Amino acid sequence: MPGRAELATILPRRVLLAVGGSLFAFGARSQTPEARAEIDKVLAGRTPVPGGITLDLPSIAENGLVVPVTIDVASPMSEADHVTSIYLFADGNPNPLVAKFGFTAASGRASASTRIRLAQTQNVVVLAETSTGALRSVSAEVKVTIGGCGG
Amino acid sequence: MATPTPRVRMPATAKKGDIIEVKTLISHDMESGQRKDADGKTVPRKIIRHFAAEYNGKPVFSADWHPSISANPYQSFFLRAEESGSLAMAWTDDDGGIYRATAKLTVT
Repeated sequence: MPGRAELATILPRRVLLAVGGSLFAFGARSQTPEARAEIDKVLAGRTPVPGGITLDLPSIAENGLVVPVTIDVASPMSEADHVTSIYLFADGNPNPLVAKFGFTAASGRASASTRIRLAQTQNVVVLAETSTGALRSVSAEVKVTIGGCGG
Repeated sequence: MATPTPRVRMPATAKKGDIIEVKTLISHDMESGQRKDADGKTVPRKIIRHFAAEYNGKPVFSADWHPSISANPYQSFFLRAEESGSLAMAWTDDDGGIYRATAKLTVT
């Protein structure tokens, strides 16, 4: 069991970590450590620019097993400047990385739709990377009435 | 589980330069590995982990799917119509199985 002095040195560090973490928080609801780690892996120290992405999601999902999601990133989709990857995260799921979509200039449009599982009310986070090295982000909260994992 | 059957919907014709939408659906349980059976045992993960679409041999779209993708995964994406040809799609299962579909496009 740590002594009183040791506790005192541990506590402020925890507080600092919490503050540092909140700088990159994409929404009001807190992310799981797993989700933070997965998102940080893609960010690789970079700070994404918010916006430029349309994220179409229901704000309330009655059935967390099937939640439709459409992502559309504004991009010229030329050989020189196109979206290469879109990452889709559900930051309160046991498996926070939901999907990674890959595009080429031949895609013509950096847009994709799919259906996802959401275990609970949480934020859906999207990161989009372009061939010019730009990184954009958007997030939206989905309130889930019946969770869609396990059972 | 029956062999997963892919279904694809996209226009059969397009004008050169048009950007067309491709909609795909494949029957698959997408067992997440999180679910427990009646005996409380975890049902092992078995999902389609990768989807890829190539038009005349050139990649146009790919998706890495993880267990948070719903059962019977739906995926739509876009394709710029430049020349007539065929879109080849492949879904790769955790067990190594590959399910394929192709769709033809005539560009005018």
